[in-house]
This record gives sequence, C-alpha cells and structure tokens, in this order.
Amino acid sequence: MDELKKAIRDYVVKEYLEEGDDRQVGEDTPLITGGIVDSFSMVSLKRFLERKYSIQIPDAEATPQAFDTVNSIAALVTRFTKG
Amino acid sequence: MAYSGRARESYQNELANLRDQGLFKEERYIHAPQGAEIEVEFPTGNPPRKVINMCANNYLGLSSHPEVVAAAHAGLDHRGYGMSSVRFICGTQDIHRELENKLTEFLGTEDTLLFPSCMDANAGVFEAVLSEQDVMIADRLVHASIVDGMRLCKAMQDTFKHSDMGHLEEKLVEHQDKRFRMVITDGVFSMDGDIARLDAIVALAEKHDAMVFVDDSHASGFIGKTGRGTHEHCGVVGRMDVITTTLGKALGGASGGCVSGRRELVEMCRQRARPYLFSNTVAPVIVSGALKVLDLISATTERRDKLETNTVYWRKLLTDAGFDIKPGESPIVPVMLYNAKLAQDVARDLFAEGIYVVGFFFPVVAKGQARIRTQLSAAHEKHHLDAAIAAFVKVGKKYGILGLGKNQIIEKYGL
Repeated sequence: MDELKKAIRDYVVKEYLEEGDDRQVGEDTPLITGGIVDSFSMVSLKRFLERKYSIQIPDAEATPQAFDTVNSIAALVTRFTKG
Repeated sequence: MAYSGRARESYQNELANLRDQGLFKEERYIHAPQGAEIEVEFPTGNPPRKVINMCANNYLGLSSHPEVVAAAHAGLDHRGYGMSSVRFICGTQDIHRELENKLTEFLGTEDTLLFPSCMDANAGVFEAVLSEQDVMIADRLVHASIVDGMRLCKAMQDTFKHSDMGHLEEKLVEHQDKRFRMVITDGVFSMDGDIARLDAIVALAEKHDAMVFVDDSHASGFIGKTGRGTHEHCGVVGRMDVITTTLGKALGGASGGCVSGRRELVEMCRQRARPYLFSNTVAPVIVSGALKVLDLISATTERRDKLETNTVYWRKLLTDAGFDIKPGESPIVPVMLYNAKLAQDVARDLFAEGIYVVGFFFPVVAKGQARIRTQLSAAHEKHHLDAAIAAFVKVGKKYGILGLGKNQIIEKYGL
C-alpha cells in the first residue's frame, strides 16, 4: 500500500472505527456501502484530504461512490493534486 | 397531462425495488385511542385485533388521558379549531405564549418558541443561529431531523464518534479558529435508548468555548428526578444553550415541538427560522391539551416514577429470560437480534401472540444491528408486561435465541 493510500486508511480507521471495532480496512473495503463511514460523517474525511494535500474537492465530486474505498479516494486525490 | 407513462414506470420500478429489498414501509390501522392496549387492523382488511402496544412513544400514558382530552375539548370551544395564519401575521393566540412560558419554566431555560413539530424545530434552528464562520459538531447517532437541519445551515459540519468525549474534545480543539462552535447531541438516543453524557459535554463545551444543543424528544417529561429531561438527569439544568423537544411523544403525543434556550437564540429563531415563519403553528386544541399535560406532570412525578418502575421491571424480565438487550436506564429497551430477517420474523410472531412491536434494521440502524425496539409506558400495568414477557419467551424459544449472546445469534442466523 503506497503512502497516500496508507494515510487515507489510517485516517479512516482512527476517525470512523469505534474502540473495539476490529474490522479490517483494506484498499477495496467498501466504506460507505459497507457501513463504516456514513454520508453524514464523510465531511471530515473530505476536509482531511483537502488540508493534507492542499487541494479543493468540489462538493459535486465528493460523492459516496468516489469515497467508497481507499482506492477510489486515492484516485480522486491524485486527480486533484495533478490537476 | 405531464405525468408520462415513463415517469409512472420509473416510480413503479423504484417502489418495486424497495419491496424487493424489504424496505417498503406499510402503515397499520389502529381502531382505538392510543394506549397500552389498542386494536390493530393488520394485515389491512383483517378484522382489528386487540394487542398490547410496546412500540409507542406514549411514555407517560397521557395520549388519551381524560383530563388532557377534556382540556383539548375546552380549548376547541374557547379558541376554535384553526388559525388560518402563520404566527407573525395573525396566528398567535394568548395560549401559544402561555404554553411557551410554561415550557421555559419546565425546561429551566430563558425562552421558548413553538414549532409545528420538533422535526421543524431541528430543520430551522441551525440556519437561524449559525453562519459560515461557525461549526456544528454532532454526535454521529443524532436523529435524522438534526442531520437535515445541519444540511440546511451554511456553518461547517463535523461529527464525533457516538458519546466519545475524547473525540469530541479533539474536534473542539481543531475548530478553535471558528467564531462559534456548537456541540449537537440527542438527549436519549432513539434507537439504542442510551443517555447522552451531557455533564461531560457541557464541561468540555465550557472549557473550549462552545454552545451545547440537545434534542430531548425522547426525554422531556420523564428523564431526570422530576422529568425535566436529560439535563436534569446529568445535573446541568440552566447550562444548556439550546433544547429542542416535542409535544408528540411523552407530552401528550399529539404534535408540535419547540426550540427552548438562550433568549437571543430563541429570538433569532423567531426572526429567521423558516419552518416557524412559513407554516402555521400548533393548533389551539393541541396547545390547550399540552398546557394540561404540563400542569399534570408539574404537580406530581407519579407518572414518570411509574414509568421508571415499569422500565426496571421490563429490563429485568428480558434479561432473566435470556434476551440480549442494550443496557441502560431509559424506557427504550432494544432487544438485539442482529439479523434483519430474524427481527422481522420475531416481530410478526409476537404480533400473532398479541404483542405489538416493530423490527428495525438497516438503514434505520447500522448493518448487522437489527433489533426489536420495545418502549415502556406509564400506561402499562404489571399484567401487560407479564403477558408480554410470556409471548417473548414463547417466540424466543421457537427461534432458539434465549441465552444467546451477540456472536452466537450471528453464528446461528448470520448478519
């Protein structure tokens, strides 16, 4: 897992898993459809990415689909850091 | 006609999908006033049958109380049926202000404003008092109406893990650059029945200069020694900045809600909250009933005391019988079944045994957290609860779940 994906995964585990929740979060683990992150709580993840990588993700791009796995989030971040 | 065949087909498909996924909701017709025993027509078309109601928010048993009904009748006679106006044109009667003053006194706040419902209060309050410069920090399990209200507000949104004070403090520190911080929580959480740690929340809010908002819909009237709510239970009366609550549960159960709290915040709602500005308020007949409710529960704690006794008794009955329940003190007692189909099957069989309960599953609760939510009432007598536990045990034996913990139930039925 590269550094970007690791940073995303570590944030998801710290921010969203309750103490004692031993679910494993991998690159393709469904976060939103899998019930780990809900759309209401997703905003802190978006803000974390924007701050850490100095990017702006438009609300229209921050969809539950785009935020559903570590891989899809990493792809989104890469697109905006390059753009 | 603009409702094309294409549109009809599209909606029909969507509804069929809801049915296929087991998410289609159907109403059950009740042929009696609300109470401990009601007559329910289910499935639709069948003759109504008498069942013990274990799923109403009629915590104090006041929904059909003769004195409340009489007061509502008198209100109808003296103040009429409708107002035909929003509050600030010609839709405010003396009794509306009287009820607001009584709620202020009851809740121990500075002022109160009625709303058509607590859903409306939550939809309107955040937008009325916060702006882009501010942040709202909500417990992740707050009620859907709060989530909707936050989405209507331009302030930054953030959340903290359910009842996790360490995580809340991190968020309060993170957002020190904002003009105002507002911590947002339910008093009693409607699905788990657990009580917010308002004492700790208020302490953190005072330490980090934040306001505190609580929705006490599942607490007002019965939580706390004299039923004032979660803030009384936690010893922080007078230190709450905003309380929203409902008249649609313990406080008579008809409809209506309010924003109560700091004088200026309530006044901002009167000036700016859109559900208050653009909708008629609570009808005079309901205001009259609610005034009587507050008189009754301010005069004696008898009803909330009986509810507490019923709650302790019911929790013990379920625990002794070997059900897996969410521990706690509130009259919301979830019986955990984890598997969605099992929750629906158990609820259906209990109905056949004369006990009216409902199974809850995703998306109402998290995946793998399906349950039957039982709710106590001061209208329940011991014989109701004894009959209910006999039915629960019979159905529990049929499914072989008595004495099983979480992992064993999941092992048997899957998630």
